[in-house]
Amino acid sequence: MSGKKSLGRFLTENAVVILFLLITIAAIPSSGLSIQYILQEMITRLGRNTFLVLALILPIYAGMGLNFGMTLGAMSGQLGLILAINFNVGGVEGLAFAALLGTPVSVLMGYICGSVLNKAKGREMVTGYMLAFFINGIYQLVILYMMGAIFPIRSPAILLSRGYGIRNTLNLEGVRQSLDNLLMLRLGGYALPLATFIVIAVLCAFVIWFKKTKLGQDMRAVGHDMTVAESAGVPVDRTRIIAIIISTVLACYGQIIFLQNMGNMATYNAHDQTSFFAVAAILVGGASVKKASIPNVFIGVILLHVLFVVTPRAGQNLFGSAMIGEYFRQFIGYGVIALSLVLYAWRARKDALRAREGLRRASIAAAPEGAAK
Amino acid sequence: MGQQGPILSVEHVSKEFYGNVVLNDVCFELKAGEILGLVGENGAGKTTLMRILFGMPVIAETGGYKGRICLDGQEVRFSSPFDALDSGIGMVHQEFSLIPGFTTTENIVLNRESMRPSILNDVFGDRMSVLDRPDMRKRAEAAIAKLGVKLDPDLLISEMPVGHKQFTEIAREITRTKTRILVLDEPTAVLTESEAEVLLAALRNIAKLGIAIIFISHRLREVVDVADRVVVLRDGLAIKDLPVAGVSVRDIASWMVGRTVAADAVAGGEGREFGDELLKVEGLWVDMPGETVRDVSFSVRKGEILGFGGLAGQGKLGIPNGIMGLYPAGGSVGLRGKGVPLDSPRAALEAGMAFVSEDRRGVGLLLDESLDWNIAFTAMQVQGAYLRPILGGLFKIRDEAGMRKLTEEYVGALDIKCTSPKQKAKELSGGNQQKICLAKAFAVKPDLLFVSEPTRGIDVGAKKLVLDTLHRYNREYGTTIVMVSSELEELRAICDRIAIVDEGRIAGILPPTAELPEFGLLMSGLAARNAREAVNA
Repeated sequence: MSGKKSLGRFLTENAVVILFLLITIAAIPSSGLSIQYILQEMITRLGRNTFLVLALILPIYAGMGLNFGMTLGAMSGQLGLILAINFNVGGVEGLAFAALLGTPVSVLMGYICGSVLNKAKGREMVTGYMLAFFINGIYQLVILYMMGAIFPIRSPAILLSRGYGIRNTLNLEGVRQSLDNLLMLRLGGYALPLATFIVIAVLCAFVIWFKKTKLGQDMRAVGHDMTVAESAGVPVDRTRIIAIIISTVLACYGQIIFLQNMGNMATYNAHDQTSFFAVAAILVGGASVKKASIPNVFIGVILLHVLFVVTPRAGQNLFGSAMIGEYFRQFIGYGVIALSLVLYAWRARKDALRAREGLRRASIAAAPEGAAK
Repeated sequence: MGQQGPILSVEHVSKEFYGNVVLNDVCFELKAGEILGLVGENGAGKTTLMRILFGMPVIAETGGYKGRICLDGQEVRFSSPFDALDSGIGMVHQEFSLIPGFTTTENIVLNRESMRPSILNDVFGDRMSVLDRPDMRKRAEAAIAKLGVKLDPDLLISEMPVGHKQFTEIAREITRTKTRILVLDEPTAVLTESEAEVLLAALRNIAKLGIAIIFISHRLREVVDVADRVVVLRDGLAIKDLPVAGVSVRDIASWMVGRTVAADAVAGGEGREFGDELLKVEGLWVDMPGETVRDVSFSVRKGEILGFGGLAGQGKLGIPNGIMGLYPAGGSVGLRGKGVPLDSPRAALEAGMAFVSEDRRGVGLLLDESLDWNIAFTAMQVQGAYLRPILGGLFKIRDEAGMRKLTEEYVGALDIKCTSPKQKAKELSGGNQQKICLAKAFAVKPDLLFVSEPTRGIDVGAKKLVLDTLHRYNREYGTTIVMVSSELEELRAICDRIAIVDEGRIAGILPPTAELPEFGLLMSGLAARNAREAVNA
């Protein structure tokens, strides 16, 4: 009885992961892709995306849900990259330069975002999502109208032909895969971007260490119960702002790593779906609005991206159209987020019901309910 | 350590809220290592006194207090609870302030964790220090040992029995090195008998260490067992302050409730004849936050007025709220022998029950709407009254004339002071708002009327009018009434029987003519004790 119960619990708690595993396993054969190809793609995409997804962990830890406001960090990173190209700083130095410029901007953005979220306790996710749209407007104003008009731009190649505003697509030639190629390890036909993985490993180590610090413990306390933390003297608002700042700065670095791997940047919408795909990945990995760990990040990135690699081909082979697969991507991304949120709410209600069962200590033989019409 | 003078003295403390005196010249002293039992009914001033002691902001916001509070002979005036903590006053709350996902250790040292500095301290400050978990555990174990109880330092709070949660909270207070005074507000309310006994033993252990304890409890037996001295508050006055030795539970109970009885107090109970059984409730439980009902069974006969009394938080408010479907509930409720489904306010209303909620402004009234709307609303929604069909019954529109007539009828009958039936409900005074709520309930012509705290927050004259109205409807129209109230006097004034609710159960049912100490005894936690004994037997 209790074994059956705990199995049921395991299934509901990992419903998203299991569902994804099944879809992926079913889709791999029909895509006709070789295992080698999929593995190489995985290595590349792990390097490209993991850092961004890791940026989501601390806000979840602090009880602020999925940080859709990480888009603000992504925009800061893009701003840094634009300036790096403008000053023609290439290679790893170019990335470092972009990160250096992006840091103060993302700290400021994180502070703004954190302060706004503190005013909207309990509704952090939707507030962050909307805030990202608002800051997107400011970002476009700066990039599209001020760059070249108010802020001098040295390199005319990145400007629109009208003389101000940045081009729609930027070629990141100077920094393209400079981090990936810094220490490229070739192993039996696979290319392993070691430097990128080292950066990710350092971040993982930082997250693990951070959880052991006083600040980490405070974040956990705030995440579990704000009122209790406040009454114990933990500065709740400040702690929440710090969590968001760290997340935003990490998102800034994550976007730089992402874009150096892609090699070019859609100036006005590269950041649009950053938070969306990162959130989908961490949820696919088994995280929830309240709980996330490093393994969730890796499992999520792998599962989500295997599916992204496989579905266009599977769509092509099964339905004669790759567009079906494209459609599938969007559908699955949003579907996963919705499913996780619904499952979370459903589970919370179940827990409340279970808690209610303990209400009556002396068991009462419930008389048959009257015939309700 | 072993100084002889009192460490805490409360001198002539008075406090009023908007002209309403809640504490009047209260004095008492507390010596190191002494356990003081503080007892009193609801509204006697216990909570206000503790709020003053803790420097809760609400006190300063409402005009401060008169008198002095001295620690070691020095007057103190705290502006926030943190000041009180710094001065060595610890508080264990009635509801737990623990983090469920944390272990015992983490909760005991919450925000006072042991730390080792790390390299990032210089840049980002102390909060980047690493926690020293072995030392945290050692400190937690030391505190648990001081209490003399068994607690697993690594267990999550969410997996603990309630008793252990209480110990964890006390352990947290005594790990503060400065704590000299510990206030416990109803610490045993959620505990089982055996857990409560362990807790009392733990309190004696702490007292031996020289920490003074203020023990607030409605379980008078425990007060008599553990306290050295008892202070009884009644209507803001400290009416008794004496050593516990030689004092019985019955004495304390009668001091608690024994206010001067008004001459016209007992009107009911003249041996009236009632009809058949109207409402039968069996095994009712209600999950209403702060007013949990655990297991309640009772029946009401036609034409009767049944009263529910008891202290706040014991569950009396949960009974009507659960039956009317406003909070999750279970058990069986039958009206005239027919089952009424719970969790459905509409079904309860359709069955012929009406409810005047204690939450007048939230549940009771549509504040921004006119009086005629308010009075006719439930009748319109539930019975389709005051609606006229037009276009051959395709649509229904409001019968404004009918609503106006109805409102004018009740304005006259209940003497509601208003300018017109179109006045907004929020513009009326508390007493008149309450009459509107009553009119709304009467308008559905209920067989059974639940009235919850009908006189809360309204002035004395209006109170009498509201009670008279209930009494008149019962006598003239035979409306059966179940009335829930914190004020024993008003229950005694109009009810035929009075049930006292304690810890989510009915402790006993008394006639209104019963003596006051009888009621006090029922409120003092005996019922729960008997229920547990019955289960164990």
